[in-house]
Amino acid sequence: MEVIRQKASDAEEFRAQGLRARDMLRGELDDKDLDEFVQERVLTTTLEKASDWARGNSFFPLTFGLACCAIEMMTVAASRLDIARFGYEAFRASPRQADLLVLSGRISIKMAPVIRRIYDQMLEPKYVIAMGACSSSMGVFNNYAIVPADKFMPVDVHVPGCPPRPEALMHGILELRSMVHGDPTLGWRERYAAEGTEEIYPLAPADATGVNVFGAGGTEGTNA
Amino acid sequence: MSTVDPAARELSDYRKMEQSVTISETTEFEGDRELLTLNLGPHHPATHGVLRLLVTLDGEVIRRLQPIFGYLHTGIEKTAEQKSYWKAIPVVERMDYVSYYFNAMAYCGAVEALLEVEIPKRAQYLRVIHLELNRIMSHLVFLGTSALDLGAISVWWYCFRERETLLDLFEMSSGQRMHTRYFQIGGVIEDIPEGWIEQVRKFCAIMPERADIYGDLLNKNEIFLQRQRDVCPLPAEKLRELGVTGPLLRAAGDPWDLRKAMPYSSYEDFDFKIPVGTKGDNYDRFQVRLAEVKESIKIIVQALDNLPDGPTITEDRKIALPPRHELATSMEALIHHFKLVTEGMRVPAGEAYYAIEGARGELGCFVRSDGSSKPARVHMRDPSLVNMQAAPAATEGWLIADMLATVAMFDPIIGGVDR
Amino acid sequence: MPDAATLERLVGALKASDAESVIDTVESPGRVAIEVKPESIVGSLEVLRAAGYEFLASVHGVDYYPNEPRLGVDYELLSREACDRVALTLRVSTEDPHLPSVTPAWPCANNQEREAYDMFGLIFDGHPDLRRILMPEDYEGHPQRRDFPIGGEPVLFTHNEHNVPRWFE
Repeated sequence: MEVIRQKASDAEEFRAQGLRARDMLRGELDDKDLDEFVQERVLTTTLEKASDWARGNSFFPLTFGLACCAIEMMTVAASRLDIARFGYEAFRASPRQADLLVLSGRISIKMAPVIRRIYDQMLEPKYVIAMGACSSSMGVFNNYAIVPADKFMPVDVHVPGCPPRPEALMHGILELRSMVHGDPTLGWRERYAAEGTEEIYPLAPADATGVNVFGAGGTEGTNA
Repeated sequence: MSTVDPAARELSDYRKMEQSVTISETTEFEGDRELLTLNLGPHHPATHGVLRLLVTLDGEVIRRLQPIFGYLHTGIEKTAEQKSYWKAIPVVERMDYVSYYFNAMAYCGAVEALLEVEIPKRAQYLRVIHLELNRIMSHLVFLGTSALDLGAISVWWYCFRERETLLDLFEMSSGQRMHTRYFQIGGVIEDIPEGWIEQVRKFCAIMPERADIYGDLLNKNEIFLQRQRDVCPLPAEKLRELGVTGPLLRAAGDPWDLRKAMPYSSYEDFDFKIPVGTKGDNYDRFQVRLAEVKESIKIIVQALDNLPDGPTITEDRKIALPPRHELATSMEALIHHFKLVTEGMRVPAGEAYYAIEGARGELGCFVRSDGSSKPARVHMRDPSLVNMQAAPAATEGWLIADMLATVAMFDPIIGGVDR
Repeated sequence: MPDAATLERLVGALKASDAESVIDTVESPGRVAIEVKPESIVGSLEVLRAAGYEFLASVHGVDYYPNEPRLGVDYELLSREACDRVALTLRVSTEDPHLPSVTPAWPCANNQEREAYDMFGLIFDGHPDLRRILMPEDYEGHPQRRDFPIGGEPVLFTHNEHNVPRWFE
């Protein structure tokens, strides 16, 4: 959709435009004038697209801060990087009134059922952004106490970083916005028959001779 | 594909209690008044992290307050045991996530005590500057979020504007806004860039006036004063008994500050005062922190004025990485670099407990080494965990609104409590 | 860290109150820890409190695996008068991890003893409310023991995400 901006009109032209609009509404414009009018002023779209556009531009995030990423999430809402300019400043405390859950911080196993219950309490349509490394994957702490968000709830956008810069979180939220708007670049692998072109790393063979100095748990891309 | 039918699993009593509506097992009475146990769950509009409070109420008066922790437990201490000493610094930094330089300082101090290594003077001064900048930032976050909880939202915007300037300074010196891993074992990771000192001076020139602005925004606000003055005081003896340190203890009149009493990292070179309150109520807790911001500015300016030249990390190659230009010419430097990066430094066996004055109180780090390159036990004595023991004592008999103000003034950071 | 004379005085005072309490003194750079018998910890802390060490800064557990007895508890004390720190430690085994709680005399140890119980399985007799504090209350195992596995999940990449059962499966 192309938007052509016209230079500001003076008072007479403005009056003339008003009269033309009145004529259109009365049904008094004939064919050529009507065509011109429609081309200049009327925007057609589907109801879905319009409602997606409205929905994407008015997320109500939930005030859900867990750990360090919460401080950066608060910074996104603060004055330097202002998400109010996108319309997302209305942080709601109640999950019934919110539609964007930003999992900002590490999710411990004690908190995971609580988060799930909060997610269930949110009304459709709802979106989840896993902010930071700890909620997307395990982050810095790959241990018994943390669970990644993908394990118990669907996540729409993962924002990497530890903590992600507020600009990165903003980029993530805007990605979510373009997802909600039905961004045509999403799903390109299906459209261009590129399924199967994801990067695949072979598993380390069992008889590998290299020795990992730090025998950390589960960080080598194993499947176990 | 394994599926577990949730209905078939036997739930423990704890789970049944968590899923039910009633929180207390029996109905409690006080005389003929029924007490209501309310759950201020881990997710709540107050911005102090995932703290869960069970309050037992008689009308609106609190009869019992029970904080429940653990919703942010990350196993940091156990993860630090899996990493080498150098690689554990970023892990430990993420504990108390607002005052990250303090966590790193406590840990590095403990390891340096075990290694018996001397820190160059320039590194000590740089550490002091960064610690005091972090203290200002922590107090700004405290002020902003506490005012947000009490409804004075404008203060939040202003505090976070100042916080952005501070984060710019951190980004300039280390490349990262938060969790910068700037402190290393033996000193700091690299020298400050050109122009950093001027930027810090610019910040220090405007900050005292800004601190006064925040004070003025709140000090004459009748609602704020009514909610803070004479609300939930605790005497200093009770606080000492409960192990409380830091601004909470100083607000009650006890001038104990580890920077003055047991100076570390060249704090004895600086001239600053310890703000002390008189009554120990919420207003004093707020004022003490605001005054501490100004004292921190004084320390930073003195440190900048007297910043000595020299190395920024210890010259001992078994502990600190050699500078990269040496790797091209010196074989020993290459070997040291290799050993440090792959295996890590070996620390002689022993135990150390190093305590510093964190933004919330005494932040201690206990490191036990068994002679290998990984720590055998890292324990952070976090001030918030111990300070929150005083929350029930402070709030019993007061109203819920007072309790919210008090918990805000206690400034718990749940990352530190739960580690 | 107390100097040699003060250390002698403290150890003497501890032995005077309970002749068999002191087992050893462990010296590290900057720190001295007096190892006492588990039963006598409350009395030993009172002796040190009378000697000026009135602030109990930290109570934490340590796992000395594979040395026996395996579990230890450290009590870090601070004397504000002398600006000095000293530590008391004790060792218990995993078969019988009971030791008296110091919470009635030192209320600041409340949450910290609960944490030591949660993480190591040390059972403090006399603690008013010994429940798990950091892990969920029905959790099995004591995570910070050295033989407890570190745990963790495999990170989901595109090459292994179809092999790991997801939450909706």
